[in-house]
Amino acid sequence: MTETIKELLHKLSSGALTSVELTSNYLDRIKEVEERVGAFITVTGEEAINSALVADANVNSPDDEPGPLGGIPVGVKDIFCTDGVRTTCASKILENFIPPYDSTVVTKLKEAGAVIVGKLNMDEFAMGSSSENSALADTRNPWDLERVPGGSSGGSAAAVAAGECVVSIGTDTGGSIRQPAACCGIVGLKPTYGRVSRFGMMAFASSLDQAGPFARTVEDAAIVLGAIAGHDEKDSTSLDEPVPDFTATLNDGVEGLRIGIPKEFFIEGIDPEVEAAVRAAIDLLKSKGAVVVDISLPHTHYSVSTYYIVATAEASSNLARYDGVKYGLRVDNGGGLMDMYRDTREAGFGAEVKRRIMLGTYVLSSGYYDAYYRKASQVRTLIKRDFAEAYKVCDVIITPTAPTPAFKIGEKTAEPLTMYLSDIFTLSSSLAGVPAISIPCGFTKENLPIGLQIIGHHLDEATVLRTAHTYEQATEWHTRVAEL
Amino acid sequence: MQYEPVMGLEIHAQLNTNTKLFCGCSTEFGAEPNTQTCPVCLGLPGVLPVLNKEAVELAIQMGHAIDAEVNKTSIFARKNFFYPDLPKGYQITQYEEPIVGLGHIEIEVGGETKRIGITRIHMEEDAGKLIHGAGMEDASASFVDLNRACTPLIEIVSEPDIRTPEEASAYMKAVHDIVVYLGISDGNMEEGSFRCDANISVRPVGQKEFGTRTELKNINSFKFVKDAVRYEIERQIDEIEDGGTIVQETRLWDSAKGVTVSMRTKEEAHDYRYFPEPDLLPLVLEEATIERLKDELPELPAAKKARFIEEYSLPPYDAGVLTAERALADYYEETVALEKDAKAVSNWVMGELLRLLNEEGRKITDRPVTPESLAALVTMVKGGEISNKIGKEVFEEMYKSGKAAAEIVKARGLTQISDTGELEGIIDGILAANSDEVERFRGGETKLMGFFVGQAMKATKGQGNPKVLNQLLRDKLNG
Repeated sequence: MTETIKELLHKLSSGALTSVELTSNYLDRIKEVEERVGAFITVTGEEAINSALVADANVNSPDDEPGPLGGIPVGVKDIFCTDGVRTTCASKILENFIPPYDSTVVTKLKEAGAVIVGKLNMDEFAMGSSSENSALADTRNPWDLERVPGGSSGGSAAAVAAGECVVSIGTDTGGSIRQPAACCGIVGLKPTYGRVSRFGMMAFASSLDQAGPFARTVEDAAIVLGAIAGHDEKDSTSLDEPVPDFTATLNDGVEGLRIGIPKEFFIEGIDPEVEAAVRAAIDLLKSKGAVVVDISLPHTHYSVSTYYIVATAEASSNLARYDGVKYGLRVDNGGGLMDMYRDTREAGFGAEVKRRIMLGTYVLSSGYYDAYYRKASQVRTLIKRDFAEAYKVCDVIITPTAPTPAFKIGEKTAEPLTMYLSDIFTLSSSLAGVPAISIPCGFTKENLPIGLQIIGHHLDEATVLRTAHTYEQATEWHTRVAEL
Repeated sequence: MQYEPVMGLEIHAQLNTNTKLFCGCSTEFGAEPNTQTCPVCLGLPGVLPVLNKEAVELAIQMGHAIDAEVNKTSIFARKNFFYPDLPKGYQITQYEEPIVGLGHIEIEVGGETKRIGITRIHMEEDAGKLIHGAGMEDASASFVDLNRACTPLIEIVSEPDIRTPEEASAYMKAVHDIVVYLGISDGNMEEGSFRCDANISVRPVGQKEFGTRTELKNINSFKFVKDAVRYEIERQIDEIEDGGTIVQETRLWDSAKGVTVSMRTKEEAHDYRYFPEPDLLPLVLEEATIERLKDELPELPAAKKARFIEEYSLPPYDAGVLTAERALADYYEETVALEKDAKAVSNWVMGELLRLLNEEGRKITDRPVTPESLAALVTMVKGGEISNKIGKEVFEEMYKSGKAAAEIVKARGLTQISDTGELEGIIDGILAANSDEVERFRGGETKLMGFFVGQAMKATKGQGNPKVLNQLLRDKLNG
C-alpha cells in the first residue's frame, strides 16, 4: 500500500487494476489495521465501492476523462461536510450530524474522480496537536502505537502512513497539517490562505483555516493540491488566482535557489536529533546548488500569543452556532432556554474546546478588546511584514516542522501550554497566510520520523513543492514504511 | 424646572432586494415557515456568507439621498449573542467602519424646517422570528421561522438632534418617504420592513451635558413613535422630579397599554464582542460605482415638492400631497403635460381621484383613470363642454369603466347647454310659473337667485351652463 497516484493511475488506465479492486484492497487494509491505528471516525465502504464502480466505468468510456484522481482511494478529515454522510468534527455536539451538502473540497475531489473511503479523526474542532482531543476516536502513530500521530489532522496523517488510503485531506490552522505529517513521516502541505475554498469546512479560526493534502510523496501532494485548489464563489476569501500545474516544475531543481534560515527558529528546547536532521537537509540542498541566506523573522516570538488570541477569538464566535436549537446535540432538561444552551454546550464540547471558547470570549470582551484582539491583529500585521521582508532576500524559508518528534500519548494532555508549543514553528506562517510543507527528513534513534518545513512566498506553492521534491528525490526517507 | 428632551432614532429599513444579504434565498414576505432557507441562512456548519451586490448599491443610494460621504472601504463585523432566531450565534453587521458616514435630512414641523443629522448608515442581516403559543402544535413551546433570517437591512442612526415627539415622528416619516421614494425599501411597517428604536434622555433647560438615556425598542409606526417618546419623556421627568434617577436601560413600548416597560438594564446588557467578520473581505467600492449611483439618484420628495411649488405654481399643501408618493407625483406630472392648468389638474387628482382610491383602498399605481383620460376630462370642463358637477359624475364612471370622458358624455347626452336661445325659453317658462318669487325678488329678496338657478338646472337636468344661466336670469329678473 505504498504506490503513488501516478503508479496507480497507470495501472488503472492500462487495465492491470480496477478501482474496485484497489478500493477493496484499501478497505481490507483499513479492516486489518484500524483497530490499532484508529484513524477513522467513519468508514464509507459502500459509498467508496460505488464511486469505484463509476471510476471504472469512466476508464472504459471514451467520453469521460478519468480525472486526476480517477479511482484513487482518498480519506477526508471529518471537518469537511459530506452530503448524506455524517460529519462530526470529532465532537459529541455533532456526533449525529448529517450535512445536506458537500464542502467544495469534497465536491472537487469527487469531480477529480476520487474514491472517498471515509472520514478521518482529528482533535475536536481541530483544536489540538495530538488528536487526543477527539471525542469519538483514538488515533495512534503508526510508527509507535504508544505515541500520538500529531494533530489536529492526526487521523489524516496516520491513515496515509498506515496505508489506509493513498492520500488524504486535512486542515491547518496553526500547523494541523504539517505537524502531524512530521509526526507520521509523510508529506503535508498547507497552501496559501485562500488557495483552497473553505466552503463546507467547519470553521475553527476563519482567517487561518486552510485545507491541504497529505501524501507519501511530494508529487502526490502536488497532484491533490491541483485538484482541490481554485477560486470558489461560495467563499469570498478564496483567492481569484490561476491554479498552475504544480507538477510541471517539480523537476526543475534548486540551482541558485535562495534558502532563508531564520535564526529565531533554531532555539533552545529544540530536540538535538531534530536540529541535526534539519541542518543536514539544508546541507543537502546546498549541495544541489541552493544558496543559504541567514535571515531574521523578528516577531516570531510573538506568534504563539498572537495565534492563541486571534484563533480563539474567531473560534468563540464560530462555535456559537452549536446551541442545540437547530441541529446536533440538544440537552433539554426542561429548564428553559438558557439551561438548554448551557447543558447542551456543557455536554457537547470537550475541555480544550471549552478552554478556547472562554479564552476567545475573554479577549473580545468589552474593555479587553483593545489590549488583546486589536493588539494581536496589529502584531499579526508585523509578522506578515517579517515574511515580506525576508522574501526580498530568499525564495523559501527552511525550519524544523516541530521541535520534537511525536510524543507519548497522555504526555502533554495535563499541560495545555506545553502542548501549544508543539506548533511553535508552524504558527507564524499560518498567521502570515503563506504556504508551507512538511516532508520527512530523517528518523530519530527511536525510529521516529522528523519533519522538515519549507515555507514559501504568498501563492508560490510551486517553489515550495520543487524544493521539497528535489530533497525527496535525493533521499530515501519517504520510502520507509511504518511496520504494523 | 423646565426640561429639554434629547432624542436620536435608529431606523431599520429592509432593503428591497430579491434575495437575502448573504445567500440566494428569496426575501418575499409571508411564505410557509422555513421554506425560504438554505444551509447559509440556517447557519449550518462550514457555510460562508457571500455579499449581495444589489444590497450594497441600495445602501450607497441611501447615502447619497442623505447627502453623506460613502466610505470607499467598509468592514463587516460580527455581533455575538445567543438567541434562538439568530442561527449563527452572531449577526453580521458593520461596526467600526460603516458604509455611509455623516449626513443629514430636513424635516418640517409646524411650518418650520429643521435639519436632523445622521451619524451613519450601516448594513446588516436581519434575524428570524420566534412563534409562540396558540395555534402551534405545542402551545408551550417556541418555534423558530428563519425565512427572515439574513434579509438585508440598513440601520440609519441619527444624531441626538430630535427635541419633540412631533420631530421624532416627522423624522421617521421623512426617512420613510425617502426609502420608499427611492425604492430602497418597501417601507412596509406591518411586515416589519421599517421600524425604529428611540434613544431618549432629558436634561434641565440650559444644561449642556446629556442626561442618562433609555432606549425604546421596535417601534413600527409614526404614531407609536410619537406616543412612545412622549410617554418616555414624561416618565423620565416624573422620575427626576420625584427625586429618582434614570437608569440606563432598554425599554419596550407597549402600544396596547400605552406605556414603556423595562426590558433589561445596562448591567444585564449584552457584551456583543464585535470583531471584524473574517469570512468577508473588506467591502471596497470603486469611485465610479459611487458616482454612477449618485447620478442615477432620482429627485427626492423635498426637492420635488419645492419644484412643484415653483414650476406649477401650486400651493405648498397641494405640492405636499402630490409628492408624498412617487407614483402619485409621476401621475400628476404626466397629466399636467397634457393639460397645462396645473391647479385644475391638482384639484381633480387630490379631490376626485384620491377620494375614490381611498374609498376602495386602491393604489395610484393601479391607474384606474389614465393621465390621458383625466387630462381630456379637465380640458372638457374648462372649455365649458360639461359642467364641473357633470364632470364629477363622468369621472366616477371613467374610474369604474375605464372609458374615456368624451365617450361617456356622448353616450349619456351630457353635453352642457350653452345655447342662449334654448336656455331663454326654459327660463321664461320658470319665471312664468313662479310669479310670486319673481315679485319677491324684484322687491329686494335677491337671495332667491339661488332658487331660480336651481329650478333652471333641474329643468336642464344639470346640463345648463351655470354661467350662461346666471347671466340670463339676472338680465330677465332685473330687466
